[in-house]
Amino acid sequence: MHTKMRLLSRKATCNTHGQDSSYFLGWQEYEKNPYDEVKNPTGIIQMGLAENQLSFDLLESWLASNPDAAGFKKGGQSIFRELALFQDYHGLPDFKKALVEFMAEIRGNKVSFDQSKIVLTAGATSANETLMFCLAEPGEAFLLPTPYYPGFDRDLKWRTGVEIVPIQCTSSNDFQITSSALEEAFHEARRRKLRVKGVLVTNPSNPLGTTMTRNELNLLLSFVTEKGIHLISDEIYSGTVFSSPGFVSILEVLKDRKCENSQVWDRVHIVYSLSKDLGLPGFRVGAIYSNDDTVVSAATKMSSFGLVSSQTQYLLSALLSDKKFTRNYISENKKRLKQRQTLLVKGLEKAGISCLESNAGLFCWVNMKHLLSSNTFTAEMELWKKIVHEVKLNISPGSSCHCTEPGWFRVCFANMSEETLNLAIQRLKSFVESMNSQSHHQMLKSSRRKSLAKWVFRLSFDHDHREPEER
Amino acid sequence: MAMENELPSVVLSKVAVSETHGEDSPYFAGWKAYDENPYDESSNPSGVIQMGLAENQVSFDMLEDYLGQHSEASIWGKGSPGFRENALFQDYHGLKSFRQAMAGFMEQIRGGRAKFDPDRLVLTAGATAANELLTFILANPGDALLVPTPYYPGFDRDLRWRTGAKIVPVHTESSNNFQVTTQALEDAYERAVAMNINVRGVLLTNPSNPLGATIHRSVLEDILDFSTRKNIHLVSDEIYSGSTFYSSEFTSIAEILEARGYKDSERVHIVYSLSKDLGLPGFRVGTIYSYNDKVVTTARRMSSFTLISSQTQHLLASMLSDKKFTESYIKTNRERLRKRYEMIIQGLRNAGIECSKGNAGLFCWMNLSPLLETRTREGEVALWKSILHEVKLNISPGSSCHCSEPGWFRVCFANMSEETLEVALKRIHNFMEQRKTASV
Repeated sequence: MHTKMRLLSRKATCNTHGQDSSYFLGWQEYEKNPYDEVKNPTGIIQMGLAENQLSFDLLESWLASNPDAAGFKKGGQSIFRELALFQDYHGLPDFKKALVEFMAEIRGNKVSFDQSKIVLTAGATSANETLMFCLAEPGEAFLLPTPYYPGFDRDLKWRTGVEIVPIQCTSSNDFQITSSALEEAFHEARRRKLRVKGVLVTNPSNPLGTTMTRNELNLLLSFVTEKGIHLISDEIYSGTVFSSPGFVSILEVLKDRKCENSQVWDRVHIVYSLSKDLGLPGFRVGAIYSNDDTVVSAATKMSSFGLVSSQTQYLLSALLSDKKFTRNYISENKKRLKQRQTLLVKGLEKAGISCLESNAGLFCWVNMKHLLSSNTFTAEMELWKKIVHEVKLNISPGSSCHCTEPGWFRVCFANMSEETLNLAIQRLKSFVESMNSQSHHQMLKSSRRKSLAKWVFRLSFDHDHREPEER
Repeated sequence: MAMENELPSVVLSKVAVSETHGEDSPYFAGWKAYDENPYDESSNPSGVIQMGLAENQVSFDMLEDYLGQHSEASIWGKGSPGFRENALFQDYHGLKSFRQAMAGFMEQIRGGRAKFDPDRLVLTAGATAANELLTFILANPGDALLVPTPYYPGFDRDLRWRTGAKIVPVHTESSNNFQVTTQALEDAYERAVAMNINVRGVLLTNPSNPLGATIHRSVLEDILDFSTRKNIHLVSDEIYSGSTFYSSEFTSIAEILEARGYKDSERVHIVYSLSKDLGLPGFRVGTIYSYNDKVVTTARRMSSFTLISSQTQHLLASMLSDKKFTESYIKTNRERLRKRYEMIIQGLRNAGIECSKGNAGLFCWMNLSPLLETRTREGEVALWKSILHEVKLNISPGSSCHCSEPGWFRVCFANMSEETLEVALKRIHNFMEQRKTASV
């Protein structure tokens, strides 16, 4: 037998790309049988994709009124050549200016951003990976609060060799970060002989759909200050905050604590993108914002590996420079998100399902513990499979987000029409009703053994509880 | 071991603070001098003429004409019916219509002598990303790729910086027009082995940058045989394939594989981009074509870090699927580049300067070794500086391309107007005249 071509790198042959997780498997099932109002009304409804499809009409009407922006024209003159040739990794100055002003506007102009400190990247996916390359060596670690976006397992770890150590958050306090959870994570890293380089949080949170409280932000700042480590704040959903308490950016807290000349100032980095707020994931527009010149310089050079198309930079510089448009877009987008979220929350309520109270994002963090056959992740998977195959809804199980408690699911509400959302809610309601009548039936049957069964059940809870699987 | 209260100087990664980004080489220093004093026909006629940037500016009119007649490619048609779908499209498989158009375009460039399956095309934001991505896939940190010299200075960063991979140079000589020989490959391989370095593959640029010449079919066969013998990969960066002056003079590795019935082809990967042939470096359009299924799958997943804007994919899908347009473009582009090449070669010859034999690309490989004070790298850099500061031309010294012989320079000719090229040639002529007079 001659030597087979086995010569791929460890990175190519490992599983750290994370594509075997349920997060992606659900997508696969959906792709095989996608819902379509007309052509496939019994298909699977995609509720596992955090897209914002609610405000395209606003973008489309702007485009129709401003054909030059997409037509490579400026003031009626063609700038096609200039754009075609523009590959400067410093980015189109007009675009960076418009972007930082947009970011400030989203934050109610309570903070401002310096366009010389922003680095453009092909999406937040690229931004997060680039920051890992800049801030950590292979084998070092970042702490992340759970539950977190499943994509991080690939984005932060795959090619960088960086490890993630979870900061365990629980429903007992609505999954907020506590100082004991931070310390416990730090010690866990030490136990695993991993040097911690920083903390990465997503604020507003994916999958929770909540903004971080000032208290949490202050806690984080104190923690990273004390430990001398970095803090990355992925604020990709900052423009989707639709109700109080409103969005508090980490920069605001730094300002309030007068940290401008302190060491921690240089260790806070923000990630942003237009994929969620503007609903343009296809255009690959991400950004890193940092007060550390070396990080900005290194990240800028690294952005060579993932530059934003100049065609796209130009279009968006025109769009975002139109302040009348951005003002209206930001407020209208929020209204629509709020309306959708309310629809989903109320609909789930009617089905006897509660959600974590949320004020942001494109999804709800839904509590289906009471529908589990046992308080285990096995039961969560069972329920998830039922929901995908029988109820025909693709939702994301909490275990794929590394949640410590079984029974939570992320359900997206902004990537479909209102009709489809209502249908999804209806399907879920019917499913819950059928489960109720089943279990009621079973309860009647086993009523004589009820008390004994309860004890047996309780024992098996403790026995079966498992740690969330590393996927 | 987790440490507390670290000093700021150690909190960034080694990669972030290393010099492997390579930006301190003269290749980049010349750009700075140009940026500080750029030539402009009317407003700065004595400024530095940029001849260190391999851009193709000779065929924009054809692209602009196309766009003028096909607005739906850029503005999604009236009422933007395709806009939302396009804006949402982030599938790392890439727009099917674009992949099909790209595969077809690559076939046209090769005169139909090779076939490309769109499902083997992985899209990346530029060839820069494609080469780095392939290196991540083919090599572990500390492993090496063999790269024939002289090579594109950017490879030092693209192949090594974040990947931790090494480049072991395969030396070539002017005596045979800098062609790669099997002996040179074997020597490089032995050197790597002696240093305890694992060689993972050979990376070629064909047509070559900076030589501006296609690799002979027989040489390609030898390189493929070598790679097979050593059981390593072969990456063929064919970014300049559409810039060959005569279509028949370019042989793609794909043609050789086809002739061999694709035997042992799973070690071969082709890189392509629209930055040179179409002159669109700003749009970030690169691609990996691999004959290895596992590489295709992995590269596709990794491309998440470097996807092409769907807006741009849409534009180019439209443009490149217009076969009439692409055929005409390819033909005309070749002719114009050839004309420019002939112009610069003649102009240099008139000034007493010879170049190596070229037939492709956006530059020529100029021999100034007779002018060197000393036949050393230092002598070359000194000459380069005087050309930059006295003649006010930014050209690229061979040492930045790791050329084994001092005195060679890469001179770009397609990134300026004909008039500007005349000015540059005149300056060179005067420079050479002055040197002649001075030495009398």
